[in-house]
Amino acid sequence: MVATSYDVMPDIELYQPTDEDNALALASSLGKDGWLLGGGQDTYGWLKDRNKTPTAMIELTQVDAWKGIKEISTGVEIGAVTTLTDIANNPLIQSRYGLLAKAASIVASPQIRNVGTIAGNLAQDARCWYYRRGLDCYRAGGNICYADSPEGLNREHAIFGASRCVAVSPSDTAPALVALNATMVISSESGQRLVDAEDFFVGPDRDIVNMTILNEGEVLTAIRLPSEWANAEYYWEKVADRNVWDFALVSVAAAMKMSGDTIQEARIACGAVECVPRRLNDIENALRGQQRSEALAEQVAAMATEGARPLNYNHFKVPLMANLVKRAVRG
Amino acid sequence: MAYMHIGKDFVPPDVPGKVTGKIKYAEDYTREGMVYARLLTSPLPHARVVNIDATEALAMEGVFGILTADDVYPDGESNSTGLKILTNQPTILGEPILALAAIDEKTAETAIGKISVTFERLPFVLDPLDSLAEGGSDAYDGGNTFVFREGFKSEKWTQDQVASFRAGNEPTAEPQQTVAYGDLEAAFGESAYIYESTFTTAGYPHQSMEPRSAMAYWEDGKLYLHGTSQSLTGLANDMAGIVGVPKEDFVFINVATGGGFGQRARANSIPSMAIPAKLSQKINRPVMMRITREEEFTIGGARQGFQGWVKVGFKADGTMAGCDLYIVSDNGGKGGGADAYSAADCISVLYQTDAVRFRGTSIGSNTGHRGAQRGPGQNQIAPIISPILDKAADELGIDRLELRKLNAAQTGDVGGPRRIPFTSAYMPEALTMAADRFNWADRQSRRRQRNGSKVIGLGIGQGYHNAGRSGMDGIVMMGVDGRLRIHNGVGNLGTYSYASTSRAAAEALKMPWESCDVINGRTDNNLPITSPQDGSNSTFTNTRTMWGAAQDMLAKMKEIAATDLGGEAADYDVSDERVHQIADATVGMTYAQVAQRAMELGGKYTGEAELPEELHEFTAISVSRLAGSGFMGVFHDSNHEGNPPGFTVTCTEIELDTETGKYEILDMISIGECGTVLHPQGLKNQLVGGAVWGIGLSGYERHLYDPQNGLPASTGYWQSKVPTYLDTPSKIQTGWVDLPDPENPVGVRGIGEPAMGAVSAALTAAISDALDGHIFNAAPITADMIINHVAGVDSEAVPLAQNNFRG
Repeated sequence: MVATSYDVMPDIELYQPTDEDNALALASSLGKDGWLLGGGQDTYGWLKDRNKTPTAMIELTQVDAWKGIKEISTGVEIGAVTTLTDIANNPLIQSRYGLLAKAASIVASPQIRNVGTIAGNLAQDARCWYYRRGLDCYRAGGNICYADSPEGLNREHAIFGASRCVAVSPSDTAPALVALNATMVISSESGQRLVDAEDFFVGPDRDIVNMTILNEGEVLTAIRLPSEWANAEYYWEKVADRNVWDFALVSVAAAMKMSGDTIQEARIACGAVECVPRRLNDIENALRGQQRSEALAEQVAAMATEGARPLNYNHFKVPLMANLVKRAVRG
Repeated sequence: MAYMHIGKDFVPPDVPGKVTGKIKYAEDYTREGMVYARLLTSPLPHARVVNIDATEALAMEGVFGILTADDVYPDGESNSTGLKILTNQPTILGEPILALAAIDEKTAETAIGKISVTFERLPFVLDPLDSLAEGGSDAYDGGNTFVFREGFKSEKWTQDQVASFRAGNEPTAEPQQTVAYGDLEAAFGESAYIYESTFTTAGYPHQSMEPRSAMAYWEDGKLYLHGTSQSLTGLANDMAGIVGVPKEDFVFINVATGGGFGQRARANSIPSMAIPAKLSQKINRPVMMRITREEEFTIGGARQGFQGWVKVGFKADGTMAGCDLYIVSDNGGKGGGADAYSAADCISVLYQTDAVRFRGTSIGSNTGHRGAQRGPGQNQIAPIISPILDKAADELGIDRLELRKLNAAQTGDVGGPRRIPFTSAYMPEALTMAADRFNWADRQSRRRQRNGSKVIGLGIGQGYHNAGRSGMDGIVMMGVDGRLRIHNGVGNLGTYSYASTSRAAAEALKMPWESCDVINGRTDNNLPITSPQDGSNSTFTNTRTMWGAAQDMLAKMKEIAATDLGGEAADYDVSDERVHQIADATVGMTYAQVAQRAMELGGKYTGEAELPEELHEFTAISVSRLAGSGFMGVFHDSNHEGNPPGFTVTCTEIELDTETGKYEILDMISIGECGTVLHPQGLKNQLVGGAVWGIGLSGYERHLYDPQNGLPASTGYWQSKVPTYLDTPSKIQTGWVDLPDPENPVGVRGIGEPAMGAVSAALTAAISDALDGHIFNAAPITADMIINHVAGVDSEAVPLAQNNFRG
């Protein structure tokens, strides 16, 4: 347990590759000792606190190929180290994928969005305060969860999908990308693989140490937004304690294809209720072909929290999640 | 009264430095040969140090030495709950055990990692009620409470008594303190409406922007300490004793402070500044000790949290007939306070209650340092009482504003269990002004108006704090250039009161501000003693001393003029930096000429004779150093009569979303009632700043400790939930009553604390209003509590608690 309050960066090697090949080669050769550095907002705290002790950082933000927003044949591609501010302010994103623009615009604070990258926002580690504090919990390689205990301070934790660990997905952009059916481009020295946004995130039942499927040596290099969900009707809402800086207590991202008042197809995901963005498949199915109405919203909202298992301080997430889903459906 | 400076805005001398970043805080200083200290802190909430092995660390290159509790307390640590410089008996996780000095911070941190400390682990407790219950752990080695002149004691209730209190009932255990006036039984007997409930308030922490870093070095037997403070000489006077250096050999340097809300007012609440001083002495090098955000949280202190029971009775006409208050205060692991008594005092003052009984018990918990934090008790109780007043008003069919006016304090009234008369009081005027400017009456039609899931809530709140002291000293000097040098020992914590109170001296001498220099920033500038700059007192206290010192100089000026130009001193007046005959203004001397004559005359004119006998030792040292160097005015203030109150009234309108538990503050106005306004911009800053704090107290700020291991969970700005710009109104209207107080020469009183309490009270009232009068009996009221209430799952809430999400 901590015996001092650290405040100084430890000695660490810094690599600043400017091209993809070098960056991927470094990621491969350094493996778990090479910390992938984006905007640094989920880096310096870990290192200064000595709770993560890599020997090197690989700064990815100087690789131009991984920056920027461009049209591609299937939609729009966002470079992974594009800042959240650039995404929120981009005309293409604003006009076609307003859901993501809004989600990106509400992350943390302006200062953090100015340097924070979308890859960093998506791949950030669990925000469970016990884990961040450096305790020997499951996620840190131990054999206990301090939050999932009768006395644990677990107000911000999961109501779904607990499996030893009860941390939640903290990302604001993750539910939006799941709702938009985005594709993650993952690169490594051995090539590239494409993964649905929904499958990019992993829960503790599958991997209790990592929150994404990224393997050692792999780098999230781009996010592709499909034309299929461009200009749908969107709903995004995040409820946090404070309107700046805080992570969501619960968030909802919804994309709906409408024909008049009829919902043709919908994709809805909630953040901060599970270790991954929680896709609401049952509700999506229930909405298909239905007239959008208050009654429909009330009806499906109750389905949203079926199976929820609140902890001792987070019962409020159950009605809050239901309320947000209701608001998303009624629009 | 028409003033030259009082009530006028000006640019305080430190503003350019703050705007340009050139002003220096303690961390900005360096000294040749300076080394860096880091702290090893307790990893346990309650323990005893058995052994320290620093052999490996001390053998490292670049390590210069360590300082332990054995070094600073060779005769052993004192038997008290007071915060220690370093300790072998930690009662807080994070309490400093030792400091290590090294060539740089990285080396220091690495070296600290090589020190082996053997602790004896002791039982810990996080909730005073858990400690009070029979069989519960005690926070301190000798018990769970500290009794003055008796020492540590273990106070216990039966399990049933604790359970009953937690279940919402009046505590039946004997309290440590009981204070009462009036016939409480009769008061409740004639009450038409009685409200009774348990309640809880969180112990909100300090979280000053500037951590309490310090740098020290010794030269020619003198200690130079660059530190942080909100009361320059008030703190330095006692810090010399803590370090163990004679006052005349101690130079405290503190040009600017990045936030001080009580915990930097007195040396005993910030003894950590002695660490670099002691370490520097030991290793004979200048030592810089930066304090981290987490360390600032742990030793920086928080307000006491309350778990209480209150019963309030109102007569049919709305008069508050009686209030019965029982509070168990959380004393934390170190420190403490009399907050609970002040809460009762506040109710008595604000509502002029016919009968009050206060019962209080203070119990320790291993949860950080407790002490001052903008309003001892008054601000904790304000958000609890305000919704109760509204409930009573609604039940009795009386307008909420009118109920408050009916009970409002006025000049001639007395307040508090000690029944002290006010020096002046204009609460009815403040209520009327706030209501008029807020269109309170017109807005009533919007009350509880619904728009989908959103509902309007209106709230009105009042804040109070005793706002003035006396008995301090003042010094003004004038050189042969005719400039007025105002020596002011007030700290520069961002309120600008070090400068605004100085203007009382300029006022007395009718001196243009451009011809004045405020001398402060370091004690070797020879400053007078001041009261610790806490408790809203600075404005009242220090304008009295500044005015007094200038009056002394004025009298001497007239004597010199009369001696040189003829007539009596009474024949002379001053204007345009001249002392001149009243009958013929052309007969006179410039201030520069008077100062020149004072230097020639010496004696009492230059501080070398006929000094006030009651001058404080600290002031006397300064005067002795200044003596003979210029024309001097010096003054010792006598004690004032009565209670100079600081009052604030706030009205607010919120729109609360019942589906998210969030609310937007649509409008807010805060009106100060603090005598004549000294510095309008400074007052506005206090009202707006206090509003943000009040919003934090009632809506956001938490004090969290993990029951499993005693770890603090709210150590930084993220987890403690200090409000941000977007959680506060874009515009907070302000105003002031501006009526003079007779106990101050320029009519002023203070305002700091009440500015927070009134807003916190208005906000909980507005939240309650939006929820059809539901009273949470808690502060803060967070989004999860609102959602649970609306969803009908209040049962999930912990009824009474401390240091978790409900307390």
